[in-house]
Formats: sequence, structure tokens, C-alpha cells
Amino acid sequence: MGMTITEKILAKSAGRDRVTPGESVWLNVDVLMTHDVCGPPTIDIWKREFGPEAKIWDKEKLVIFPDHYIFTANSHANANVNKLRQFAAEYNLPNYYDVGTSRYKGVCHMALAEEGYNVPGTVLFGTDSHTCTSGAFGMFSTGVGNSDAAFILGTGKIWEKVPESMLFTFDGEIPPYLTAKDMILQIIGDITTDGATYRAMEFNGDGVMSLPISERMTLTNMAIEAGGMNGIIEADALTEAYVKARTSKPYEIFKSDPDAKYVAKYRYNLATMEPLVAKPHSPDNRDTVRNVQGTKLTKCYIGSCTGGKLEDFIFAARLLFGQTVKVPTFLVPASTWVDSQLDVETVNGVSLREIFQKAGCIMGESSCAACLGGPSDTFGRAQDQEVIISTTNRNFPGRMGSKKSSVYLASALTVAASALTGVITDPRDVM
Amino acid sequence: MEKIITGKAYVLGDKIDTDQIIPAEHLVYSLSDPEEKKKYGQYAMSGVPLNEAGLPEGKKPFINGDNWQSEYSIIIGGSNFGCGSSREHAPFAMQVAGVKAVIAETYARIFYRNCVDGGFLIPYESYEKVNNRIRTGDELEVDVKANLVKNLTTGETILLKPLGDVVSIIEAGDLFTYARQSGMLAG
Repeated sequence: MGMTITEKILAKSAGRDRVTPGESVWLNVDVLMTHDVCGPPTIDIWKREFGPEAKIWDKEKLVIFPDHYIFTANSHANANVNKLRQFAAEYNLPNYYDVGTSRYKGVCHMALAEEGYNVPGTVLFGTDSHTCTSGAFGMFSTGVGNSDAAFILGTGKIWEKVPESMLFTFDGEIPPYLTAKDMILQIIGDITTDGATYRAMEFNGDGVMSLPISERMTLTNMAIEAGGMNGIIEADALTEAYVKARTSKPYEIFKSDPDAKYVAKYRYNLATMEPLVAKPHSPDNRDTVRNVQGTKLTKCYIGSCTGGKLEDFIFAARLLFGQTVKVPTFLVPASTWVDSQLDVETVNGVSLREIFQKAGCIMGESSCAACLGGPSDTFGRAQDQEVIISTTNRNFPGRMGSKKSSVYLASALTVAASALTGVITDPRDVM
Repeated sequence: MEKIITGKAYVLGDKIDTDQIIPAEHLVYSLSDPEEKKKYGQYAMSGVPLNEAGLPEGKKPFINGDNWQSEYSIIIGGSNFGCGSSREHAPFAMQVAGVKAVIAETYARIFYRNCVDGGFLIPYESYEKVNNRIRTGDELEVDVKANLVKNLTTGETILLKPLGDVVSIIEAGDLFTYARQSGMLAG
């Protein structure tokens, strides 16, 4: 019996020839990532458990990005960042990216990719459920809590149950009115928010491999919204070029065997798919944009690790060019690099930033911002009974702030189309 | 590990995500500061929509007023309990509020691991849907050795799934104690 890409990577990490889904193995971790929400408690647990002489297993393999609650006057949130800062200084950590400095990067999942920490064939754990994003690079990546992270911090090891794999194949060329967000909302609607619990979600087919890296990251990012342990896409020439441009670390490319075992296989034809939304209050509450078009909005939001990447802003700029938005429209680049590219990338010869400014959009600083509510002064946070369409990845009750608000999840194309009309709008109607 | 857990049930619906268990705005407090820690208890379950808070009737707060401990110590959930974020603040908040165990049909992976590895509470799976058979306020007795829950209010007994592989970590108390006992960690 052959093995899937996930099984091969985990076998390598466990120092074994092969692993079998369902068995628990101890893995050697290549990178541990943490941030300002879960970093401080992880550090506390690590010190408590490993004592005053506690040693970090490998400082080069620990990466810390403040990104969640940083542009806020909330003193408790600021205390969290101070704690990371002191920790980084005390242990002379090479991979700390402090907010307020030129090293600051923005949302951790984007930053991991941009800074060369995503390397094919490796194993990455992070204290954030969307750590599965890095699987777009042909690697194993998943989220853990503070105790597991503290254990890794002290030992470099973690126990994991080897997941069964599910395969999602997309055939055909992606039409101009669809994005990776529509592809993943299709899947989550089909298998629901626990359809992939403790499973690997592998994506393939020419429809996936023809996507740019950032769009592939949208697929793997939202694997967790179906309960997935990890999302994964085999590395190809595009992946290699991206990785080589950012790191000289060695990498190993694994591919699933033709006779690898999958517990389920799904196949989609991109030509027949439609723009989709996830209606309040669950990412699997899928519907077509057509079925909910006309829903009156109070706010539009483009941002987050799943919907604030450069391609998302290019999608939006194409629709917003030369026009103005009808409802408050908040834009938050996922990373400082994406933010810098808003001045470089153009549509019809005009920079993305200028297009957004002329359209009347409100720009925020690169961070997680209102994707998950946060302190009351968080940029773009949901207020009261707002109805919001957003490129973020979750619409659980209260996720963006107010428990009374309703959030629709959609592609940047659908959000931009809706911003132009003030009601939920199919991008095909304004393209 | 307590072998018998007794307490009042607090019943919830399906897909209780970690934002409902502890909303993101409250994650700024320190988990190790004794005073700030109480905030987690105070805000535990504060994101659950009012009508779904304490089923079957709803509108029953998990925490009364400014208290940081709940009168309920056993949570009854539906499917995919703890989905969403990796925040270990979620089972931590439940523990601070006095929760000893959750009984649900299924769990999200990270929440389940966090309950076990952090030693916060016991996440029990039921064989079938139980959040329609138990009412908020029912007196329950969970027998951790026999894997069953007795509803002392109704007399009903419900069999729970054995804890499986993770039972040794739960019995040890948390992942670190387990690792020391099994020789993986020194000391």
C-alpha cells in the first residue's frame, strides 16, 4: 500500500519508514510558531514545567510574530507583547519580529511564508488553528494549544495521531469570477465543519496547481474550518521558486503514491461552480451568492490570513477601479509586504492603493485586526447588529466582535462587488 | 483525577466554538496572574447566544453577575464541541469557572488535545446525542472508571465512550506529568 504525502512527511519526522493512520507517533518538529495571544501563556507553562534553567530546544526553530492584538490601547494586550519582547531579549531569539520595528511582518501565517520558514517536506506546529495554511508548501503544518507548544519549546517533540487523508481534486481552469475562497467554501459546505476532524485534507488537480501560491494558501488556511488537522498541496516548480527566493534551507519534495489510501475523494469541475458565501453563523452554511443577493450590508471587510493577500487586493481593485463604495469598506493587508505591494501593483496603470483611496475604502495596518474581534478599539470590529460581508475565515456568533452582528464569508471579488452596491452582489454582475 | 464527578449540568447545542467559550476580546488577560486568571472564569461561555445558553429553555447564564465560578460543573454539548481557534484559554476558562468534564458527541481536535494535554477537564464522547436528554440544572454523577453518567434528577444512565489512548495522560494529570512518569522527560 502506498502512502499519502502527509503520511510520508510524518514518517520522516518520526524517524520511521512508514506510519499508519490512527497510530500515535512522536514527531520531531522543524519549526514552532507562536504569537502575542498564545505566546505568553506558552512561555509561562514552559518555565513552570522545565524550571528556572529551562532551555529552548532550538532557538533557530522558534519563530514569534506579534499580530493579533497589537494596534490597540488595551493595556493587557500591550502587556502580552511586552512579555514576548522581554522573552526574545532575554534569550536572544533570532526569529522575533517585533511590532513597531522594521522587522514587523503582519499576520503570522503570511509571514511564515514570506520569511522562508515554509519549506517542503518539513513539520511546522503553531499556536494558531490556521497554522494549517503552511501546508500549501508541501509540508505538514497544524495548530496546537499552549501546553503542546510549551512541550515542543522544551523538547522539540510532540505526540500526534497520524491522520487519515481526504482528497479534493479540482479539474479545469478557474473562471475569472471564482477564487480559491469559492473552492474551499464549496468543500466546507459539502463536508461540514467537522467533516475532516483529525484528517488531512489534500488538494490536487490542474485547477489547484494552476493557482498562484497565495491562492493555494487560501485552500489550506481554511482546512481547519472543516475540522481538518492539516491541509496540504504537493510542492511543484512554483513552490520551489517561491521557497528558493526566500531561504537556502534544504527541502525534500514528497508526493502521494498512486495507490495511497484516502477515506474519501471529492472531485469538482471549476467550469460549473458558482460564486459562494457562507451565511451566518457557520463557515459550512454555504449558499450561492445568487441566492442571497440583495441582502443589505452595513460594512465590507477585506483582510486576514485567508483573504488579505495580494491576489485578494488585485481581485478587489479590478472591480473597484474608477468607482466608489456604497458602504464603509475596510481593507487590512495581511502582511507589511502585501501592504508595500499596494503601491507597486497596478490595474489599468493605477496603483492598488490609489484605486482603493479613490473608491473611498478605509485602510488599516497589517495585522489580524477585526478577523477575530479583539479589544474594543480594534480596526473594523463589528458593532451591534451589523451585517458584514468579509473575506475572513470564520463567522461564528460574535467572531468579529458583536454577538448581534451577522457575517457572510466570501471571496474578495464578491466582497468588492458588494461594496459597490451596498448589497450582496454576484461579481459576474459588475465585471 | 477524580473518579466520581458530581455536579449540575449546563446544556449547550452543536458547534460550540472557542469564540463562544471565551470571546477574543478577553484573551488579553494573563493566565498565570492569580487575579487576571479569574477574568477567564467570569467570561467563560459569555459568547454563547442568549437563546442557546443553558438548554432546553435557554437564557440561563453560565456565570451569575460578576462571579468567576459557575454553579454548573458538567457541560453537555452536541457535535464538534470546541471547534475554531487553538486558544487553550477555552478549556482553561472552563476549568477556572469550575467545569470538571464535558460530555459531547464529537470534539474538534485542538480543543480536545488542549483539554487532555493541559489537564483542564475530561472531554467525554457519548455514543449518541445527549444534549436533548439532559436539561440544564439536572444533577449528574460521572463515573470515570465505568465510563457512564447517571442523571440523578431523572434516574437515567448513559454510557460514555472509553477515553481510549489519552486515558494515561488524563490519569497522570497532564502531558508533562505523563511524560515524566513514562521517562520521556527527566525529573
